[in-house]
Amino acid sequence: MRAVAESSSRRAGAPHPSMFLRMLVRATVLRRGRAASALLAMVVAAAVATTMLNLYVDMQTKLRKEFRNYGANVVVVAKEGQDLPGDALARVQSVLGGRGLAVPFAYVVARTAAGHPVVVAGTDLEQVRKLDGWWSVTAWPSASNDALIGNRAVALASPEGKPFELSFQGRNVELNQAGVLRTGASEDSRVYISLQDFESWTGVLPSTIEIAAAGSPEEINGIVEKLTRTLPSAQVQPVRQVMEGEARVLGKTRDTMLAASALIILTAALCVLSTLMGWVFDRRRDFAIMKALGASERLISGFFAAEAAVLGAAGALLGFAVGVGVAAWIGRVNFHAPVVPRLNVLPIILVGSVAVALISAALPMWLLQRVQPAVILRGE
Amino acid sequence: MFVRLVYESFRRQKRRKFLAGIAITLGVAVATAMIAVATDIGDKISRELRSYGANLLVTPQDDTLDLQIGGVDLKPPSDGAYLNEADLPKIRGTFWHHNIVGFAPMLPVNVEVQAEGRAADLTLLGTYFAKPLTFGKENFVTGVKITHPWWKVQGAWPDDNSQDVVLGENLASKLDRKAGDQIEIAGTAHRISGILSTGGAEDGQIVAPLSLAQQILGTPGAVRRLYVSAMTKPEDALARRDPKTMNPELFDRWYCSPYVQSIAYQLQEVIPHSHAEQIRQVAQNEGTVLSRIKGLMLLVTLAALIASALAVSAAMATAIFERRSEVGLMKALGGGGAAIASLFLAEAALLALLGGVAGFAAGALLARVIGRSIFNSSITIDPVLFPFILAMAVVVTFAGSALAIRRAVKLDPVYALRGEA
Repeated sequence: MRAVAESSSRRAGAPHPSMFLRMLVRATVLRRGRAASALLAMVVAAAVATTMLNLYVDMQTKLRKEFRNYGANVVVVAKEGQDLPGDALARVQSVLGGRGLAVPFAYVVARTAAGHPVVVAGTDLEQVRKLDGWWSVTAWPSASNDALIGNRAVALASPEGKPFELSFQGRNVELNQAGVLRTGASEDSRVYISLQDFESWTGVLPSTIEIAAAGSPEEINGIVEKLTRTLPSAQVQPVRQVMEGEARVLGKTRDTMLAASALIILTAALCVLSTLMGWVFDRRRDFAIMKALGASERLISGFFAAEAAVLGAAGALLGFAVGVGVAAWIGRVNFHAPVVPRLNVLPIILVGSVAVALISAALPMWLLQRVQPAVILRGE
Repeated sequence: MFVRLVYESFRRQKRRKFLAGIAITLGVAVATAMIAVATDIGDKISRELRSYGANLLVTPQDDTLDLQIGGVDLKPPSDGAYLNEADLPKIRGTFWHHNIVGFAPMLPVNVEVQAEGRAADLTLLGTYFAKPLTFGKENFVTGVKITHPWWKVQGAWPDDNSQDVVLGENLASKLDRKAGDQIEIAGTAHRISGILSTGGAEDGQIVAPLSLAQQILGTPGAVRRLYVSAMTKPEDALARRDPKTMNPELFDRWYCSPYVQSIAYQLQEVIPHSHAEQIRQVAQNEGTVLSRIKGLMLLVTLAALIASALAVSAAMATAIFERRSEVGLMKALGGGGAAIASLFLAEAALLALLGGVAGFAAGALLARVIGRSIFNSSITIDPVLFPFILAMAVVVTFAGSALAIRRAVKLDPVYALRGEA
């Protein structure tokens, strides 16, 4: 009663054009509690939707980064009987444009002092460390002529960790054992040394470049095509094992996230629907009074719709801010890197929130329109 | 009287009760489905991660060094030791045999191939494609189709008992052969059943059934390497410890956890004179990817639980707020705050139980649908979850109702009855 009296006394002196706006503002101010709970529902729903959409968009980039730990996804190998051009690595790097790693490898079969054959590889050890994070190494070589010896080659090359000698085509080299390498694959049978040491000893140039290119499968296929054009003497092959595994796991995770997002957003929308419907239904007396005072149905519908739209938009903006924060937190906790806020999610959230708010307002309106104002005012 | 009030309330306000019930059912269904998906996602993704191929490699213990460059074996075939093919089915007898998705033996041999009128030295790789094996009473199929899912064949895979071969795609284009042609290997003609594409060294090789490679080598039962694909638990501090330094109790725990290390240990137990080692590229990264995806789903499930709790609370608050004139009437007739509150809470509890049961069933169904459509295998829901979900539904419904009930009870009945709250 207090509320009605207050608003009617002020209404008398109100200038007509701003009446609509005034009604909107007063409706919110006077029913603070209900409006606040409706807004809260809106904010929570928008926040949850923003979080899920942000995560969904960003998850792929984040997970792709994790998948790059599997190592090279493209391999460049010199064609049979041909060498890679001297500037092959530079050319690869210019194609990559900083979005990935490229590591050269050169191989020969050398002999130990006892005459056993062993594969020796020359490479950029600093880069390998980044490319093949799964290598378990006791100590990385730092000085010149330091060698990294595969777990299985240790017994043959340098069982007591002493300096050892290898020969290739009559040229000998003395190497120090810096560390032991374990991978569980063919690397375990090899000796790794730096490319400079390798080239000055054998004179053999790199025959393989392993590349870990960042990006989506389409981007990587683009890189493979470009590399094939820039290096005609080489064979450029995507590593199917890595590419297909990644595509599969990523695809399944994305689908699960999509299903989860759909469910969560649906629940949030239902929460808004039930709160807002209650809010509008609760104001059936206002509706009846307006109608009894001669307001057209269009005006009343417009009034309620505008209210819902304002609520939806305000909820969306606030919710977006909260959701971006939550997504960033999840990113930090799970991926140790914040999820970048996506501004292109905002229009989706805005339109979605307003649409849900309008639907929530329209449903009770439609029910109320069929009822005579007198019935509502009599409290039935 | 109390029971009758609750009963009549349900009978006369069917629409309202129905709406609140639907909100609870939906909330519980979403929560159940998400919990089911989150608890099962580790297993499902673990299975998908097997598409990276084998994570364990078994080699003969006293093998000489590999001389492999770019996947091409430079070692003379007479060199080195072999595993015995007859030992392989025993893998199904290890403690973690359910976690072993498949295995594939490999035997590379050097062969002379007549092509374009001249002889060429090539590598022929003998393996299982999809070989049916028996261990005890158990029949199973294993081979590269399972352990190397990225291998693709144009044409048909050879039968494991046939003399057919597949050619790597680079080799096929070099020799100008296609599926259905003949190729002369080591003096005998073999049918090419298909063209193989792997993106690896096999693209330049001939791949044949294991028995054919053994026949060419002249050593029946010989296997050079064995690739094993197993579902493992991400490595932790216990996994990395040396089993020799453990006390018996710790050793049992280590042995009975599906760590890649303990599976390797068990493989060495069943295959004599063997050395099993994790392929770190696959095994190590699996753990990180798996824990990231699991973490993500856990946080998303948390978001789902919060969203559904809020939805249920909001629906209950709205439902009770609409009935404040009823509360006013009860108070005017002399009802105490506690009596009224307990009536409403009893109604809420009943709704929560009904909605909880329906929601749990719907959620289990939803989880099944998600599992079927995304992972092609159903997500089973643990019955232990049922009381937990039900309790959660009741708590959330109570929490949602409590505030609204408090406000309704506090309100002066005069205002409530005049409809001016």
